[in-house]
Amino acid sequence: MKYVDEFRDPKAVHALSKEIHRITRHPWTIMEVCGGQTHSIVRYGLDRLLPTAITLIHGPGCPVCVTPIELIDAACQLASLPDVIFCSFGDMLRVPGSRDDLLHVKAQGGDIRIIYSPLDAVEIAHTYPQRHIICFAVGFETTAPAQAMAVLQARRLHLSNFSLLVAHVLVPPAMEAILSSSENRVQGFLAAGHVCTVMGYDMYELICHRFQVPIVVTGFEPVDILEGVQLVVTQLEEGRYEVENQYSRSVQQSGNLEARKVVDEVFEPTSRNWRGIGEISRSGLQLRQSFAEFDALRIFEDRIQLSRSSNALESECQSGRILQGLMKPSACSAFGIRCTPEHPLGAPMVSSEGACAAYYRYRHHEVARG
Amino acid sequence: MCLAIPGQIQRIEDGDLRTGTVSFAGVTKEVCLALVPEASVGDYVIVHVGFAISQVNEQAAKESLSMIAQLSLDPTNESPRP
Ligand code: SF4
Repeated sequence: MKYVDEFRDPKAVHALSKEIHRITRHPWTIMEVCGGQTHSIVRYGLDRLLPTAITLIHGPGCPVCVTPIELIDAACQLASLPDVIFCSFGDMLRVPGSRDDLLHVKAQGGDIRIIYSPLDAVEIAHTYPQRHIICFAVGFETTAPAQAMAVLQARRLHLSNFSLLVAHVLVPPAMEAILSSSENRVQGFLAAGHVCTVMGYDMYELICHRFQVPIVVTGFEPVDILEGVQLVVTQLEEGRYEVENQYSRSVQQSGNLEARKVVDEVFEPTSRNWRGIGEISRSGLQLRQSFAEFDALRIFEDRIQLSRSSNALESECQSGRILQGLMKPSACSAFGIRCTPEHPLGAPMVSSEGACAAYYRYRHHEVARG
Repeated sequence: MCLAIPGQIQRIEDGDLRTGTVSFAGVTKEVCLALVPEASVGDYVIVHVGFAISQVNEQAAKESLSMIAQLSLDPTNESPRP
């Protein structure tokens, strides 16, 4: 596939690996923010092509993993209502709430549909005027334009039976939270390429200078990731900290202006609780007042009970430490034993981009290769 | 969930929502093109949850690849043993 295969070319991968070995003089710890990057790193074993002095740690970059339990609980209650059709991306169905997951609600008769695009949910709303269609809006900045477009389209079609359960999160506030933690070990970032495709990277200049860390906007293929690492290591070794763009084939400095415009029209920033991490100010999106009639929590407030936000559950699960890069999945005592993708204890084992699931899939049976 | 992949626009329909057919190595899908107003037939776009979120900058892609190709041609940079 064009623009994929060239960026998986083993020759290029080896050349970059060799170059990173050549330039590395000191130990460095680098975080890849996005779960898609984590997936590639573990799948292709890219961390094993790096000098031992370089540690890659896996960041909080999986929106499935950080959706708070209280919103999963709300989703389960909404999806159980007889007049509701609940639409969700497939990877949200197994995420455990405090009692239930959506898959269980579906098995008990809840009308839950797996969608590919938020526009599919609008289509369903158009087809079933007598039912109420709720779209579970989960994702980072990458997905927000699609959800915003769905709301705008629903308004254009005068649909009064469509709403969103909004769980959107924003990446830069999480990066700041990680850097501000007293336990922080991150010295450089691979920023998430598709988040920046939408938002651009101006906002990273502030973080980069305030915390004096190199930030390189990076793509998802093996060549992209190794080039991102090479650029971060070069900066670290030279004592520089700048924002650079490795993923220039998709990312422009100010992002996709059209996409930013629709997100800004429909959503505004709000505080959000990140599962396993806690509340981060202005790190989520909510519908603007002018779109309040599309807010599922408002429409159904009398029919569901919102649980209090809580991170006290999942006693054995270390997802908070995993998502902040303080621990590798294989170090969790439940990993692969009590916690597997079929029976996940925590969200990072659910989504294929979750760090625990990536390790389970690609590292669980690989002991021999070391 | 955040997966976004490049495909080539084959056909564009300018209805009240700009949509089109995008081919991913032969597999085609209907995609919303409203967020890439400048992209035309033949262009590559990055698609996420049914929306094209950017047009691939072919020049930038070429430059990246040729920089890396130079790295692998560099005689001091022989391939590491597998
Ligand atoms: S392996 Fe399972 S229990 Fe352990 S941190 Fe990951 S998701 Fe939580």
